[in-house]
Amino acid sequence: MRIAVQQEAFDLGVEANAFAEGAIANGAIVTFTGVVRDLTTGDLDVMEIEHYPGMTERALAAIAQEAMDRWSLGDVLVIHRHGRLAPGDRIMMVATAAPHRKDAFEAAEYLMDYLKSRAPFWKKEISTSGAEWVAAKEEDEDALTRW
Amino acid sequence: MDVLYFAWVRERIGLPKEKIVTEAATVSDLVAELSAREDRYAAAFADLSALRVALDQELSDFDAPLNGVREVAFFPPMTGG
Repeated sequence: MRIAVQQEAFDLGVEANAFAEGAIANGAIVTFTGVVRDLTTGDLDVMEIEHYPGMTERALAAIAQEAMDRWSLGDVLVIHRHGRLAPGDRIMMVATAAPHRKDAFEAAEYLMDYLKSRAPFWKKEISTSGAEWVAAKEEDEDALTRW
Repeated sequence: MDVLYFAWVRERIGLPKEKIVTEAATVSDLVAELSAREDRYAAAFADLSALRVALDQELSDFDAPLNGVREVAFFPPMTGG
């Protein structure tokens, strides 16, 4: 299990390859990558991600450990960036390795659902028209009830 | 104890962190004490349903006791991922 909270960009290919390396007992590897999008007006300049150093690492490790306990997993990887990102930049990735794909898929979804609303990150969108904190969505909170 | 603020709570109060000496028994008591200090605190704490609190880096709630707590953090609902 590896948790990385970092400002620097990560290389999706390098990370996925390193994670898959030596996963002989794990026939299934799922990766998910979150990308900064510019949905509305096309004028998003910067996405600023604030976090709570210390609590962030603890919360991510607890979420990853819970996934390891619930599903039959060989390994879990979580990388989440903070600081200033531009549209198209990769914000975060999770990867799960498991003997069977159902566990790998479900655990990856679980990780995403939980780190969306239980890991202390806050996104601020800065555009030509101003700066605004991204509000948490009710559906993100609702997503937790299915687990 | 250390009191930390994040995201718009930090912006509204105007600082990321401060040391507070308090006799507050619960998080709600601390919120009431801070709100009574200055308008910027009252504005930040106006709607507690829009806020979350962590005690010693674990999510908690506003009824929780502060006994033995070293670090309190206030912030809006999280938006990771």
